[in-house]
Amino acid sequence: MAKARPQSSEPKGPSPAAAKTERLLNLVIALLATRQPLSKARIREAVPDYRSGNDEAFERMFERDKDELRALGIPLRTEPVDPFFDDELGYRIDEREYALPQIDLAPDEVAVVGLAARAWSQASLAGPAAQALRKLDAAGLVRDEASVAGIEPLLHTREPAFEPVRDAVLSRTPISFDYRGAGGAGLTTRRLEPWGLTSWHGRWYVTGHDLDREAPRVFRLDRMVGLPRTSGRRGGFTVPADHDPTAMIRRTYGDDAETTTTVRLLVREGAASSLRRRATPADHPAPAGWDALGLDVHGVTSVVPEICAAGPDVRVVDPPEVRDAVVAALTAVVRAHGGSPR
Amino acid sequence: MATYESATSRLARLLTMVPWLLNRQGIDLASAAAELGVSEAQVVDDLELLFVCGLPGHYPDDLIDARWEDGRVFVSNADTISRPLRLTRDEALALIVALRALADTPGLTQHDAIDRALAKLEAAAGESASTAAAVSVDLEQPLDPDLAASLRDALARARRVHLRYTVASRDETTERDVDPIRVVGVDGRWYLEGWCHRAEGVRLFRLDRVEELRVLDVDGTPPADLPPRELGAGVYRAAPEDLVVTLHLEPGSAWIAETVPVERVDRRDDGSLEVVLRVADPAWLRRLVWRQAGQVRVLAPAELVVGVGAGAAEAVAGHTQSGRLD
Repeated sequence: MAKARPQSSEPKGPSPAAAKTERLLNLVIALLATRQPLSKARIREAVPDYRSGNDEAFERMFERDKDELRALGIPLRTEPVDPFFDDELGYRIDEREYALPQIDLAPDEVAVVGLAARAWSQASLAGPAAQALRKLDAAGLVRDEASVAGIEPLLHTREPAFEPVRDAVLSRTPISFDYRGAGGAGLTTRRLEPWGLTSWHGRWYVTGHDLDREAPRVFRLDRMVGLPRTSGRRGGFTVPADHDPTAMIRRTYGDDAETTTTVRLLVREGAASSLRRRATPADHPAPAGWDALGLDVHGVTSVVPEICAAGPDVRVVDPPEVRDAVVAALTAVVRAHGGSPR
Repeated sequence: MATYESATSRLARLLTMVPWLLNRQGIDLASAAAELGVSEAQVVDDLELLFVCGLPGHYPDDLIDARWEDGRVFVSNADTISRPLRLTRDEALALIVALRALADTPGLTQHDAIDRALAKLEAAAGESASTAAAVSVDLEQPLDPDLAASLRDALARARRVHLRYTVASRDETTERDVDPIRVVGVDGRWYLEGWCHRAEGVRLFRLDRVEELRVLDVDGTPPADLPPRELGAGVYRAAPEDLVVTLHLEPGSAWIAETVPVERVDRRDDGSLEVVLRVADPAWLRRLVWRQAGQVRVLAPAELVVGVGAGAAEAVAGHTQSGRLD
């Protein structure tokens, strides 16, 4: 078949970036095509872009190109050109190391992998997820979309710190960052060996060993101010084998599942549906127009904001610590809005 | 492409694109561009670049044959790069983390397929798979199996559903008919997105607030040409007729600016924020402010400042009185 150059309106040379992509692609093809390692001299002949310029320029360019290919995950091997004399080194890419092994996915498996990839469609890993799907689907897979029709989990990575923390966690690199504590606490600089990055209840958390407190700690990514900085070498620590990030986050931010308390409430008739749905009728006295309800909670901290949200439609009968916490929180709201409690 | 692409990113993309196109000879340019996630002009640029690359020697027979004719794309003579490169760290991470999250989500019916796919990907990804364990997603909120089954049935047969649903902002229970569009998990919660006949618009319903759902024997095809809804900014969406509210957020509540769609944010030296946002329902805002124990202060409009303060004062007064009730 005759080669017809794609028609373009005017002849133009490639941009510097395009010339570089072209050079790298030619290099990859040359190194994949060879069984024997190619010496630098042969590489220089094989790739047109390397022929121009002097030896020194070629050396510099080739060193940089090698590093960039490895950074892309291309397994570039350095081996003696002649197995019996190791005085000259050559380079090649082993196709078996390079190529994605054939993965035979059944139609329903393709569908769930697609669902997994789409989960990132509006988040930081959207690009890699789509690219991974194209690689798996290179040969054209049969998919059974009906099995997942209509159900779509979506992941979010709105926190700017997501990418640097992800890199630090994956490469086990210590980081430091400015952190805004809870409850109006000021800004502190923290140093952390990050063990895990976890999305829990729609927020991203990093767990790890706090180097200043010398203890395990959990941090919310949305409370980091500015971007985290690396503050140590890659692979600089090991993660405890029994580390369970979700359990640690739940202990720090969630409810302590060990204890159950019943909060007795008065709820205005027809109001506070969301509290009402989790509550059960109780038998403490209630004035006309109010219902007596009991609400079982794990720990008491998380129920306070929920009760406060219902405002004047809910009253806490007991326990006193919940009642006092609700009164204190709502009194703070009154003060913030220029009033004083009646 | 909309954003700047480095020479190496482009190389990585081409090494994926070539095997993909080799298996789809004659695909039309528009579909290729759409499925590859780039513009048609970019595909043409890429083909032109491939056309001048190939085996050492670079005689015509050594070069990749990349052409587009009559809007159709053909690539051949590219045996050395006919298989895609192994998954990169981030590619393996994205799929494995999301699949593990799906595997741990109760209420999805395809757990068997998820487990099988996960095992195959973990084997193929090798070391990247074990690294991926450092990142995890806990979707947490289980998808109620009965509700999920009813919705799957309604979606599959395009049936309308009837909901008894708690509106959190008004804290009341409503009855409505909805034509389902999809079930979507956002920010750790599951929602039904659908055309609501009561609101005459597309609405999101939190599944944990659905008290009852009945699949009706009525066609439930949503109106055509609904604008696609971006959930990237979360599930809130502002409308022009919404109330414009100014809030002062103490540093401990500054995260709120990240979770609601604010129109403007001014950061103060003490770390507090002043934000402007559009609010469709003042009741929703009152509840938000009451939850935050004085960390969030309404600055404007004035009637909302008064309403929020008065409601909280009434609640405090109610508690001090109820002490004398029993």
